Formats: sequence, structure tokens, C-alpha cells
Amino acid sequence: MAKFRKKKGSGQQAINTASLPDIVFMLLFFFMVTTTMKEVALKVQLKQPEATELSKLEKKSLVTYIYVGVPQKQYQGTFGSEPRLQLNDQFSTVDDIRNYIVQERESMRESDRSKMTVSIKADFDTPMGIITEVKQALRKAQALKISYSARQVNQVPM
Amino acid sequence: MGKRDVQEVNAGSMADIAFLLLIFFLVTTTMDTDSGLSRMLPPPVPEDQETPPPIKDRNVFEVLINSQNRLLVENEPMELRELRDAAKEFIQNPLDEEGLPEKEEKQIEYFGIYPVSKGVISLQNDRGTQYQMYLSVQNELAAAYNELRNELSQSKFGKKFDELEEDKQDAIRDIYPQKISEAEPKNIGGK
Repeated sequence: MAKFRKKKGSGQQAINTASLPDIVFMLLFFFMVTTTMKEVALKVQLKQPEATELSKLEKKSLVTYIYVGVPQKQYQGTFGSEPRLQLNDQFSTVDDIRNYIVQERESMRESDRSKMTVSIKADFDTPMGIITEVKQALRKAQALKISYSARQVNQVPM
Repeated sequence: MGKRDVQEVNAGSMADIAFLLLIFFLVTTTMDTDSGLSRMLPPPVPEDQETPPPIKDRNVFEVLINSQNRLLVENEPMELRELRDAAKEFIQNPLDEEGLPEKEEKQIEYFGIYPVSKGVISLQNDRGTQYQMYLSVQNELAAAYNELRNELSQSKFGKKFDELEEDKQDAIRDIYPQKISEAEPKNIGGK
């Protein structure tokens, strides 16, 4: 009892703020880790084509991505060196596009579904055959708004 | 007193360092905004649909790309750099020539009655065409339209097309509608 009484008399004690930076760091690391986690790991080689007349895709939540390209070196053993599709995190075929689009559309708010845009991110060297197949599949899936993703340059290669 | 006072490290600046890092990462992480050429695909054709009436030959600007990335425009080989001007001339038809598209008088807001071209650009590519080439062609055609829209907007409103109000943009879009049609793919020029 005597000990407690002794403390009472010593006035207001300052709170130790030395741990405040740690809290800030913790927040910093939390955000750093969570923001990188959502990105899709590319499994195809992607060197975007170049163009000049580009428009920006405004709302990211409305955009669905389809990646097209030759599988990266470490996947070439299993998936070959022909251009392949990548939907989300896995290699897919053109037949999977329909389900993928339906799935993505389901996950959107109902009012946004008509504004859905599909961004085709294809390697510049991809033959058009596979891209035409993708486009036909998108037409069948009623995903008609598309965007050919490209890099902004001042002059297209002639 | 056996206990010695341990000197506390001044941690006041630690928060500043943390904030500095936070700001550094905020600035350097480029929110990679995706940009691209926007297009609308035609809706799937129902199987029992009748074949649409053929479009007059003079109203079609045919662009073919073969698997060697060569262009054939209106049955003539052409270099990519000439395509933009050729497309512009086709869309505009400034001299009302016979071989170039017809025009239709339309009531357009801000412009009154204005002759609108009936021309359609038809783009066809081979399965082996390189994506970059295809996109370059699409880009040139889009550039042709954009330049025409800009020219019109400059002469009428004295501003660039992008800086116009929404309804004025729509009026110009009505005059120069982007009509690029893509045919079903064929094998042109073999593999």
C-alpha cells in the first residue's frame, strides 16, 4: 500500500512515444505488402505494342484483363512456346474465356456490368490468329467493349 | 542508488523517417494506368440472320494485311505511313469524286445540314499477321479520324476536339463516325 501512495504524488507522467514510429512502420509494411499482393503475376512474356492514339482506361474496377503471349522460360517446359492465354493466374484456352467473363461480370455491381471493359494485353509479336479467336470468344460472351492495351509513343514503328 | 539512469535514445525523428519512407513509396509506386485503343466489337450474329444488303464498292475502303505484314489498300500495295492520308482522303472525299464515298445530308446540331460520308473502312487480317502491325494499322485509322475531328473542331469552335464540351464532341462524332468494320479472318497470302 505504501508503494502505491508514493507514486500518486509524483504528478503527471509522460506517455512514452518511442513506439509510435514502430506503429507507423507496421502500417507502412502492411500497406506495402497488401498492395503488391493483389497484382497478377505475369506468366507470359509481355512486351506491349506501341501506338499513339491511346485513351486511358478510367476505372480499374471495371476492367478485366486478358494476357496473351509466349509463356515465360520457366513455364515453357509444361506449356510449350506457342502463344498462350493467361486469365487471372493461370494458363487457359480460348474456351475458358466465356466462364471467366461470366465470373468477372458476376463479381461486379449490377449497375457497372454494362460498362465492363476487357483489356487485351498481348505481346507485340503475337500472331493475330489467337487474338481473333479471343475476340470471337468475347463477342459470344457479350463482352463487347474492348481495349487493345499499348504503350504510348510519339511515333509508331513504320 | 544502485540503478543508473539509462539514457533514452531520442526517437522523435523516427516518425519523420517513417513518414519519409511512406511518401517515397507513395511517389515511386506508379499506379500503372492502363491505356489502349478502345474498340467496340460487333454483337454476335444470330444464325438465322439474313445477309445484309451489300455496300457499294465506292463506300468501302478495303485494308488487307497479310502474314508478311504487308498492306493492300483498295487493291494496291501501300506503305503504312501513307495509310493515314489515304484514309483521310477517303473519309472526307473533298472533291466529291466518283470513286470515293457518297455523302448523305444530315441534320447535325451546331452545324445545320451537313454532308456526312457514308464510307466504311473494312479491315481484314491474316491469322499470321503480327499484333504490332495490326495495332499500327488500327492506330493509323484512328489517327485519321482523330485528325479530321480535330481539324473540324479547330475550324468551327477554335479548340481541340478533346477540349470541347460533351455535346459538341457528339456533334463532331456524328459527322465523322468511326466506322471500322472487321471481316471474319481468312488466310490471305498463305502461311
